Amino acid sequence: MLKYIGRRLLFMLLSLWVIITATFFLMRMAPGNPFTSEKKLPPEIEANLNAFYGLDQPWYAQYWDYLVGIASWDFGPSFKYKSQTVNDLINSGFPVSLTLGIEALLIAVSFGVLLGVTAALFHNKWPDYGSMVIAVLGISVPSFIMATLLQYIFAMQLKIFPVALWESPMHTVLPALALAASPMAYIARLTRSSMLEVMSNDYIKTAKSKGLSRSAVTVKHAIRNAMLPVVSYLGPLSASVITGSVVIEQIFGIPGLGSHFVTSIQNRDYTVIMGITAFYSIILLVCVFLVDIAYGLIDPRIKLAGEKKGE
Amino acid sequence: MDTDQLRKEDFELVGVKIEETEKISKPSLSFWKDAMYRFRKNKLAMLGVLLLALLIFMAIFGPYMSGYDYRTNDLTSKNLPPSAEHWFGTDELGRDVFTRTWEGARISIFIGLAAALIDLTIGVLWGGIAGYKGGRLDEVMMRTADVLYGIPYLLVVILLMVVLGQSVGTMILAMTITGWVNMARIVRGQILLLKNQEYVLASRTLGATTPRIMARHLIPNAMGPILVTMTLTIPTAIFTEAFLSFLGLGLNPPLASWGTMASDGLPALRFYPWRLLFPATFICLTIFAFNVIGDGLRDALDPRLRK
Repeated sequence: MLKYIGRRLLFMLLSLWVIITATFFLMRMAPGNPFTSEKKLPPEIEANLNAFYGLDQPWYAQYWDYLVGIASWDFGPSFKYKSQTVNDLINSGFPVSLTLGIEALLIAVSFGVLLGVTAALFHNKWPDYGSMVIAVLGISVPSFIMATLLQYIFAMQLKIFPVALWESPMHTVLPALALAASPMAYIARLTRSSMLEVMSNDYIKTAKSKGLSRSAVTVKHAIRNAMLPVVSYLGPLSASVITGSVVIEQIFGIPGLGSHFVTSIQNRDYTVIMGITAFYSIILLVCVFLVDIAYGLIDPRIKLAGEKKGE
Repeated sequence: MDTDQLRKEDFELVGVKIEETEKISKPSLSFWKDAMYRFRKNKLAMLGVLLLALLIFMAIFGPYMSGYDYRTNDLTSKNLPPSAEHWFGTDELGRDVFTRTWEGARISIFIGLAAALIDLTIGVLWGGIAGYKGGRLDEVMMRTADVLYGIPYLLVVILLMVVLGQSVGTMILAMTITGWVNMARIVRGQILLLKNQEYVLASRTLGATTPRIMARHLIPNAMGPILVTMTLTIPTAIFTEAFLSFLGLGLNPPLASWGTMASDGLPALRFYPWRLLFPATFICLTIFAFNVIGDGLRDALDPRLRK
């Protein structure tokens, strides 16, 4: 197990290094320099600015500084807003994004599992078809369309929820739903197929023949094992929630990290794009890593196979 | 049936004809015929095929139907609701939304297909070579793939679009630069399963070269999972295009893609909902069609599900 964790950790760091290096060199390739504006800067000021941000150094020194900066949790300055650093943006935006993300995650997991279990228990009957139609729709409707749709119906037409902004718990409902829709659909499908597989196992027959009630068999015996694929999906799920929130925050005008990211893209604020990308990558990779480790701990069968193949 | 009605004649021996016990009464079905049969019985998947056929038909002929050009502005008729003149209404520059929608269909489907084909080519080559050669080469190739696999897909795409500029070509490049890894892993897994089969050994004994074994034996037998993965890559690519355009990283005007149309329509949602409604509906329908076709193919091709 330790060997497995070490190996995964190594690959995580490698992936991180690749993406940070790639962002660094891509941003150097980007057209224009950070101080390009309508007014031409006097050369002395430009030289001063370059010196202040370390841009007068050779590229390898800049690269090294950047790597060291990220390793010490410093994601660099913003060139468009002189007084702001990427760390400021993260500190102000990430808590909001995190709240939204966790809310969406809870909705996705609870409703997804509910739908999936219902579908499996009523296999090939109408609740099954109903849940799977919802699931296919959830997968086919991109989050930003879902968001505008919800906004149009529930906020503009029915006026049940506020249209946008981030002020009260009521404000969080629509964005969280929009963000949760497609992961919920995936979880529903995943749960359904793994429930169907589990329900055909011998130990379920044993439980039934011992005279346990249908609900006891489902809750105590089936769901616990059927949850394993769902647990392994939590890593990619957190990824889709985080990247999905970029566009959702934009639509609902939520002051989260996603909005800052979009703003920096629209302003072509390269250092902020770089910094937030690096931050997102770290969060995502750590999530996937933790989920995989947790998965190995939950399911003892995985450990053996994992160690044997060394994967 | 009532027992009184049973007569002795009903139990006469009909006789066994030896030659007929060996007769195969059902026509023999190849794997693909069998899979196609099961695919055709899947109603949802057939609905997807029908939808897709319609969408492709409209993508080819739609832009010529209404008699409007997708890029001609007409400021005297802007933001018109759907009518007999403009079937899907017009946008803020008076362009015909119907024509633009099908122009967008061309771009979306083209991007989807191109991304899937490039992923397929790189993935099959990479995964095929790694799986077949094995050993150290496999280790190096698959570890590279693992590292790339860890990199968040959408972030890479966003980053590349910011730097490389916005065009159909850069979009496809951005999507495929890490997109092929998934295909490579699946192909490798299949090749590892297949390469020790007797028919591969037989072929090699007969002197077949490695490329021939790959092309004639391994890849065709791994076609099922490859096809499914490819079908499911297309909706991802279409989604990514729409997502990027929505972020303002998509194609530049006057090009019409569903994502840019939806993004332009969003601020006007309250007053001119059709400008968002039409492209959004077709994005969903296309993704839906590819998803159900992919699911149908997987169910039809997966031997474990066969009864």
